Amino acid sequence: MVDKPTSPIVVENPWERLNAFTDARIGLGRAGVSLPTSKLLAFQLAHAQAQDAVHTPLDVDALASELTAALDLSEAPIRLHSHAQDRAMYLQRPDYGRRLNDETRECLQQAAASQQRFDLAVVIVDGLSALAVQQNSAPFLSTLYQMLGSDAADWQLAPLTIVEQGRVAIGDEIGALLNAEAVLVMIGERPGLSSPDSLGLYMTWAPQPGLKDDRRNCISNVRPAGLQIEEAARRFFLLLKEARQLKVSGVKLKDRSEDDVLEGDAAPSSIRNFLVAD
Amino acid sequence: MAQTYHTTVGSRSYCFASLAELMAKATPPRSGDRLAGVMAESAEQRVVAQMVLAELPLTTFLNEALIPYEDDEITRLIIDDHNADAFAPISHLTVGDFRNWLLSDHATSEVLAEVKAGITPEMAAAVSKLMRNQDLILVAKKCRVTTAFRNTIGLPGRLATRLQPNHPTDDVTGIAASILDGLLYGSGDAVIGINPATDNVAQSVKLMRLMDEVIQKYQIPTQSCVLTHVTNTLEAIEQGAPVDLVFQSIGGTEATNRSFGFDLSTLAEAEAAAQSLNRGTVGRNVMYFETGQGSSLSADAHHGLDQQTCEARAYAVARKFNPLLVNTVVGFIGPEYLFDGKEITRAGLEDHFCGKLLGVPMGCDVCYTNHAEADQNDMDNLLTLLGVAGCNFIMGIPGSDDIMLNYQTTSFHDALYARRVLGLKAAPEFECWLEEMQIFQDISTHRLNDQLPAAFANSLRHLPQEPRHG
Repeated sequence: MVDKPTSPIVVENPWERLNAFTDARIGLGRAGVSLPTSKLLAFQLAHAQAQDAVHTPLDVDALASELTAALDLSEAPIRLHSHAQDRAMYLQRPDYGRRLNDETRECLQQAAASQQRFDLAVVIVDGLSALAVQQNSAPFLSTLYQMLGSDAADWQLAPLTIVEQGRVAIGDEIGALLNAEAVLVMIGERPGLSSPDSLGLYMTWAPQPGLKDDRRNCISNVRPAGLQIEEAARRFFLLLKEARQLKVSGVKLKDRSEDDVLEGDAAPSSIRNFLVAD
Repeated sequence: MAQTYHTTVGSRSYCFASLAELMAKATPPRSGDRLAGVMAESAEQRVVAQMVLAELPLTTFLNEALIPYEDDEITRLIIDDHNADAFAPISHLTVGDFRNWLLSDHATSEVLAEVKAGITPEMAAAVSKLMRNQDLILVAKKCRVTTAFRNTIGLPGRLATRLQPNHPTDDVTGIAASILDGLLYGSGDAVIGINPATDNVAQSVKLMRLMDEVIQKYQIPTQSCVLTHVTNTLEAIEQGAPVDLVFQSIGGTEATNRSFGFDLSTLAEAEAAAQSLNRGTVGRNVMYFETGQGSSLSADAHHGLDQQTCEARAYAVARKFNPLLVNTVVGFIGPEYLFDGKEITRAGLEDHFCGKLLGVPMGCDVCYTNHAEADQNDMDNLLTLLGVAGCNFIMGIPGSDDIMLNYQTTSFHDALYARRVLGLKAAPEFECWLEEMQIFQDISTHRLNDQLPAAFANSLRHLPQEPRHG
């Protein structure tokens, strides 16, 4: 004879409603000390989506037509490819992802043969999440192009480029080849379990191959459930104008758009929370 | 003039141009060494290198520095702090003999504790390259490294956890929610440690105060840490912030640490500053270090060494400053350094072994990123192996998902799994607290309370009505 259990098989956590205050996976409940089946499968689904985001190739044709229409481009974006042939190579050789392959480098050199100078080159790179690039590029650039167009200063834009199997630093080579004063790299970030669609923005002033991270500014987590498109474009445009004025980027150029928030957060009263309320 | 190493196997002759090359070629395969161009070119060459390495006297490593003494303060630390008396009992051994000795019944826990100051990181790395996973586990289990601050970490039969309540915007209610979730699952004896989303002094001080208030209100025998740069924590101490542990990421070469923005004198200053606060109750270990294979290569500061040897050298830095906790964040760095579950598992066991052999209180962030070829099953395996090996602590995070750092590590549930299947307990002082707070119905069988303990039920009544989250 087996005793009928007095408590349920899956024990729910009485503090489950704390879920409303964070995206962290709290109050999951338990079977014994282990994850209940429903929570296990929810995790597996999120991990599967993140893995798919890493391994699904960018649909360059679809993105190029979408951008051409959304931005009213006279010429289709230039398609480029890094030295990493495929995803397996890309994941193991970051150095390959940072430079163009010979074929597309020549192609870009021909396109840039006019020696014309540009104020900004925008480089779209698949990075670790093609999903992020596919979903967020057109909305972001539509917003940014509007801001650039209505600015008092004139902004000459280099031809738009789309890179497959690329890492952030590949933008510096492309920016240099295009004779651009500044380069914006829009790249799919390493997917988190709850953020497979996060876009990163990197800006370099006076791009050239071989620059390190300290010469770039980064705006991260651009996605519908993260940093909103409008706000991301506003922050980037501020940075770009500052870079143009000071002729620097990276650690010498601080992102001042967040300063107010930081000071507000540092107020001593703001550590109050329900755990220490009385 | 550095020595070269030659041998012949069958009709093929092999030559290794330096000790560094021999070490690298003898290393079990991993993507970071391939990226650095130092990996063995064939499976045979790897084993041949291991055979040559096995014949080398341990004293070789005292006479031939892998990074010149003049160029690197970590090399100087290793050589200058080497204890010849402690080394005496093993000074006649080759690397191969050293493996035999470590596995033998001569090498008891007491004997290993006596010789540790005579072992250099390079000796530990060399012998680990000849060892199978079970060897790494067996010897590590014999090495005991116990440390203390408000509780005691690393006692036999104990497995502690770092409660890691990270939040992408450092929202205090969100962080408090994760802390409560962790405490109610028995997590947090190693430390309650937050990686701040915004890395500056003001933000760090705010988070330190938050955790200090929680620890004081509930009288939790544990310590807190904000994982910000060591210089930020020094400034926080000057401002009078409640600093329990000082954090820093460390590497095994001077150039790595310079790229992280500190040197050994910074760490000495930080240890002294934190100790001067006298906030520990049962011990004075005030440093929390994180390491991980690949960091030196990533900083372009590896001097042609393989990544595991660089990593072992980081433990020389760690042991100089008497840390409470040293955490190898093994799978965080990504597949260009450790490609898949197999490489992550091997590296985790190597790091734990080398650290423990050198007398460092090793824990492990059993983890992976979404672009690595790894999943929860790989983490279950490594967690179980490290639990068997006597690992001091692991991470504890809600549902394995770090929503700030975007990677997966062990959950509160995972820690209870390990404690249950391996018969391990929390740190003794913390275990008493868990019992007093009625977080467990029966702590001896790891049976949690189905009801919300009274002290916390009261706190939940103070929840804000309007969630700020969203």
